[in-house]
Amino acid sequence: MAVAEAPSYRDQTRPPLWRDVRVLRVGGQIAFLAVLALVVLYLYGNLTRNAPGQLSFAFLDQPARVDIADTDFSPSQPIRDAILVGFINTIRVSTVGIALALLIGIVVGVARLSTNWLVRKTAAVYVETLRNIPILLWILFLYLAVILKLPRITEAIEAFDVIVLSNRGLNVPWVVGGANATGFLLVLATALIVALLVGVVRTRRFDATGQPHHRWLWGAGTFLVIATVGYFALRSPFALTIPERDGRGVQGGIRLGAEYSALLIALVVYTASHIAEIVRGSIQAVPKGQTEAANAIALSSFQRLRFVVLPQAFRIAVPPLANQFLNLTKNSSLATAIGYFELTRLTQQAIANGSPAPPAYLVLMAAYLSLSLTISVIANIVNRGLALEGR
Amino acid sequence: MDLGLSRPTVEEPVPPPEPERHDQRRVPPGEWVRDNLFNSVLNGILTVVFGVIVVYALFRALRFVFVSARWEVVEANLTNLMVGLYPRSALPRVWLALGILAVAAGLGAGAASRRRRTSASRLDALKRSAPALVGLLVILSFTRTPLPALLTAAVLAVAGLSWLGGSRLPERFSRRLPLVYVAAVFAAYLAMTAAGGPGIDRWGGFLLTTSVAVGGIVLSFPLGVLLGLGRRSSFPAVRTFCVGYIEIIRGVPLITLLFIGSVTIGLFLPPGFNRPELVTRGLVVIILFTGAYLAETVRGGLQSVPVGQTEAAKAIGLSPLKTTFLIVLPQALRNVIPTLVGQFISLFKDTSLLAIIGLIELLGIAQAILFQGDFRGQGLQGETLAFAAFLYWVSCYSMSRAAQRLERRLGVGER
Repeated sequence: MAVAEAPSYRDQTRPPLWRDVRVLRVGGQIAFLAVLALVVLYLYGNLTRNAPGQLSFAFLDQPARVDIADTDFSPSQPIRDAILVGFINTIRVSTVGIALALLIGIVVGVARLSTNWLVRKTAAVYVETLRNIPILLWILFLYLAVILKLPRITEAIEAFDVIVLSNRGLNVPWVVGGANATGFLLVLATALIVALLVGVVRTRRFDATGQPHHRWLWGAGTFLVIATVGYFALRSPFALTIPERDGRGVQGGIRLGAEYSALLIALVVYTASHIAEIVRGSIQAVPKGQTEAANAIALSSFQRLRFVVLPQAFRIAVPPLANQFLNLTKNSSLATAIGYFELTRLTQQAIANGSPAPPAYLVLMAAYLSLSLTISVIANIVNRGLALEGR
Repeated sequence: MDLGLSRPTVEEPVPPPEPERHDQRRVPPGEWVRDNLFNSVLNGILTVVFGVIVVYALFRALRFVFVSARWEVVEANLTNLMVGLYPRSALPRVWLALGILAVAAGLGAGAASRRRRTSASRLDALKRSAPALVGLLVILSFTRTPLPALLTAAVLAVAGLSWLGGSRLPERFSRRLPLVYVAAVFAAYLAMTAAGGPGIDRWGGFLLTTSVAVGGIVLSFPLGVLLGLGRRSSFPAVRTFCVGYIEIIRGVPLITLLFIGSVTIGLFLPPGFNRPELVTRGLVVIILFTGAYLAETVRGGLQSVPVGQTEAAKAIGLSPLKTTFLIVLPQALRNVIPTLVGQFISLFKDTSLLAIIGLIELLGIAQAILFQGDFRGQGLQGETLAFAAFLYWVSCYSMSRAAQRLERRLGVGER
């Protein structure tokens, strides 16, 4: 009965055209797109009138006419190459920065939850001081008021005889490969694989017999034995060089330029203060019942952290951590202020040398978006791997 | 039940844990040190190591502040640091604007104070404002005449009177307080610029930093709300546009956008149209930038509103527009107030980037004053940057404490 009546019911109350939701949906979107298209056309029209002939990407092949410190870049190379150098420098400071910031951030974040009053308060002061002052101010302060105020190279400070500090930057110890370096890397890779296999075997044995597996102990032992034997068999393939002051220069080690050092240190300590808060918040966000349950089944405090609290805290921490990594990468563009040759700085330089601004900025935006996208994609993959299943 | 083995079936509210300090007061110092500093061998070692580091860092910092630093560069340029090149003859306008803002802040604080009558919470309120008061005292310690101190006292007195007035306001009025804040901001702006006052392009220093931050957050708010709503729209065209806008802006550093804005905004204007001032261009970029971040905050708020609210609104026959603006949005925005304060803090810090494109806000002026004849080439960057850093720190720290308190008071995350 209801089926039979339905058509007439619908016919009677069909809304007028201007109140029909389906019409409104399509019409609204068409209107939106039309307005958008008009705005874009208007702006584009103004642009072509204001800056005729400035919209081609041909400038990328022009000579860059710029000297980049610490590289063998020659000013006659095209702008394309200069921007690529900037891109690589951005990645160079970002990846090192992300690794160090994560390390320091975790340490400080855990320290904020310490039972030791002094450790807890020191970590709190670190976090509150660092994150409440703009990153740009840290970069400028470290560069202008700390690193450039260091003694000149002839009177450089040698800290603990391994680090040489001067106003030209930091020189730190570094490893250099000898004749058998590649061979030794292969040995290390083999050692890693064998160690993992040993770990798997120990786990299987534990599953089968229930005897303690000690898989980390076994794995690390295997790795160390193979690595040590390989090192001596290949007659010291790697050597540590320690920087030493030598009149007007420094011999050995690796030199981090003044700008690079200031930028890296500022990015690391600033981002670490944010990461520390994420780490602390994530650990505290694990429900108390989880800790209590772990205590109830008599897990040791290490087991409680390793198997109950940290896995859940990590799941909470991944999205905000990815955000901080993204922020660090984007903040590396502030090096423009102190003259480290990264992406933004070199693009600005190209524009100052006469390249057309609109296409140059499009290239710049595309470069940053590709970095952001890469980090987001990695974070999403990690996130999906960690997501709870079956709920 | 009698054996105390089974739990009561009705959930009783768990009493909040006693605040820590009540316990600490009863503990004798020796025991406190043992419990909190030397409760294990590892902690003992950590205490000694950290103790040495902390004492050394404190020694270096105090020696810099009280012995080696040459603060006369800050003393001579205090007005520059606070207001930049703002015409000195117009300074009374700044104090008037401060007075207007003090009235609004006093009214708000007074209205909020009715909810706490105990002396303990009053003490807490005093403790909370301590960083800001210390900041004021430090700034005043650099003045050379007593006038600024007197005027500051007057502004504080106005705030105190408004506080008293605010605590007697009827409830119905105190719910309109956000409107009062916005009105006060506009009134302060008018006091600064109306009737021949210097326009924003002549402001500088800390004044410009705060104005750009406040102006940025207020003006980007409508954009952020629209983009946040658009991102959840059922129209694919609108949604795609909003997602694209938000993700592109969020994927690119602010300094890059500032460069793009300051160089190319003029190119998009019709020919014959004067290129706007650098401040305006910077502010436009900041608004477009903050709008994208606000949109994500608003979206988070929208997601936190239960679906039942929308369904209930539909059930009583509200139109989609009314549902959004009367039911969903108010609840969503209430939930994100603490996040909004956080957003404001990061915007406040981000205004320092304007120094790179050549504006003399706090950081810009802190560097510019070193090019004056008297102070050129003497390596005083440490002093001016430390002073600027202190101002940023006091502002951001006070605001982040306020955000934490708001979060607790609104009970966000507990529902």
